[in-house]
Amino acid sequence: MTADALLSLENLSKHFPVLNVWKRRSGWLKALDEVSLSVHKGEILGIVGESGCGKSTLGKTVMGIHRPTSGRIIFEGNDITHLKPYQSRGMRRDLQYTYQDPGASLDPRWKIGRSLDEPLVIHTRLDRRARRERVREILDAVGLPEGHLDLYPHEISGGQQRRVGLARILTLHPTMVVLDEPTSGLDVSVQATILNLFLDLQKRFDLTYVFISHDLGVVRMVCDRVAVMYLGKVVELGSSDEIFDRPRHPYTQSLLAAVPQIGKGRVTETFWLEGEPPDPGNLPSGCRFRTRCTQARDDCALEVPPLVEHNPGHADACLYSAARDYSPA
Amino acid sequence: MDDLLAVTGLTVGFATESGLAQVLDQVDFRIGRGEIVGLVGESGCGKTTLARAILGVLPANSARISAGSIEFDGRDLLQEDPDALATDIRGRAITFVPQDPFSSFNPVFTIGTQIKELMKWKSPDAEPGSGPRRYARARRRSDLERVLELLRIVQLPDPQALLRKYPHEVSGGQRQRLMIAMALLPEPKLIIADEPTTALDVTIQAQILKLLRRLAAERGVSVLFTTHDLGTAYEICDRMTVMYAGQDVESAPSDSFFTEPRHIYTVRLLQSLPSRDHGIRGIPGQVPDLTAPPRGCRFHPRCDAASALCRQTRPDPSDVGAGHVARCWHPAPGEATP
Repeated sequence: MTADALLSLENLSKHFPVLNVWKRRSGWLKALDEVSLSVHKGEILGIVGESGCGKSTLGKTVMGIHRPTSGRIIFEGNDITHLKPYQSRGMRRDLQYTYQDPGASLDPRWKIGRSLDEPLVIHTRLDRRARRERVREILDAVGLPEGHLDLYPHEISGGQQRRVGLARILTLHPTMVVLDEPTSGLDVSVQATILNLFLDLQKRFDLTYVFISHDLGVVRMVCDRVAVMYLGKVVELGSSDEIFDRPRHPYTQSLLAAVPQIGKGRVTETFWLEGEPPDPGNLPSGCRFRTRCTQARDDCALEVPPLVEHNPGHADACLYSAARDYSPA
Repeated sequence: MDDLLAVTGLTVGFATESGLAQVLDQVDFRIGRGEIVGLVGESGCGKTTLARAILGVLPANSARISAGSIEFDGRDLLQEDPDALATDIRGRAITFVPQDPFSSFNPVFTIGTQIKELMKWKSPDAEPGSGPRRYARARRRSDLERVLELLRIVQLPDPQALLRKYPHEVSGGQRQRLMIAMALLPEPKLIIADEPTTALDVTIQAQILKLLRRLAAERGVSVLFTTHDLGTAYEICDRMTVMYAGQDVESAPSDSFFTEPRHIYTVRLLQSLPSRDHGIRGIPGQVPDLTAPPRGCRFHPRCDAASALCRQTRPDPSDVGAGHVARCWHPAPGEATP
């Protein structure tokens, strides 16, 4: 792990028990399986993948919402894997999380002002006046008028609710924010303004983001580095340009090929990937993508391919990606 | 051009607590035979209301159709007897593929039971108006054959076993394939697909779009495809109509729609898509409150090209060249903007 890693995950796993009809454990669902990643200070790391790939579990395990099955989480040099609730309070201020739907995570009976005040009451010893000052300053930063403090969550639009969700965590001046699907459910014209806001705030408050999303177009625009996940494993990791321009893992290649691109060839005429992901409670042996991979060979079933850095700063978990470099298929 | 569906001047309002919301305001819309038309716009623009009005399933107690006509295959759907529509238009000549295939199945019956139930009423062999009482044994067999054939056509593995499964036992992509099969069963002329791939992952979305496009071409079915995602519309549509705040603001063939948008809203909407070339640009402001829409052009409060004319007088649809019809006083010149 590099020295400037703000957050590093070492072989982090989260397995959920699969229960049968009699509530006995019949297997494990490996939502997150031996994932190692590091997030550098000041960068935006994108985590992409389809539903069920474990990207949200990753975010929630880092936050301590899920207790990891094994592995370590190191944040700002401290092991935070097994902190007791009272020990984690100080750390929580620095490491924040935004939910997919801030509309649902705001208390419908509280005015916006009260929701924004609450984290300050919990985490700081500021008096009422200083708190109000802090809330005003953040409200201005996220581009909301002060009058909104007296509104209820249902009285503002979806885009404004996201702004409130963001304001709520920024009042504590965190160093790192995990954004879980921050633009899902927004219209494109609103999404664009919210993305610009994320980038502005990142510069202004010197933030580090983990940006979890299934929208590859958005990730490409916003993220410095990207991790592609498939069924609980990171299959490819590299800089945004590398991943999008020179994807090496067959899954990444097919994922990118599936995204409709206006002005380019129609995906419906060229897309090759067949089938659907296997049941995550009953995974294939070896490489998890081999059941859908057009380039799978016999040895793909034998061992789980490790994440190997073939080029500096660009790693992938495919046994044959290096071989393909010499004989372009 | 021979139109299968022609909506003219359709005006629909909804009674709300704060007054009548004009959700559709003199909307013109048409679909040719065998054509896939994309109806795009942001949430609240009225695309779902238009789709529902065509299908005749607007909520009767709150929706008021105050003007306009919906002509389908030579019949005015708004003037016809509702019973006649239920027997030979809705679910027969016009079918529907929903956004969320899970909530459209009954969770306590097998998929087979639900498809057979549909066949009793809507099989192409069934007499209009006949119900389960007169479900002949011979027809039962030919219907089952037809179902299995369709399930193979939508590329579902092992159709016989699938019919015995419950909806929760199949994946989202397979449920959407089932929905498409069911929409094709009555041999319709028009399929209304309401955001059919929004709930799906991108690799599954590509498969479903591919399937939909192929089937529409093979069977000569017209498709009304509503979506908020311009990318998916680009994939399968022959023609596009953009809606904003209850109005059809621009209609154009797909080829030039994406390269030469004319209405300023369309231009800005295309520019809102994240892209390396121009960074991220949004549209400032918000969609207007439809109980009190702005005077003149409904887009003028958010439009950077708005003039005094736009603020006062409402633009009517006009031909702006290259097959584009737009409601805009100052259409973009038409060179490749985005």
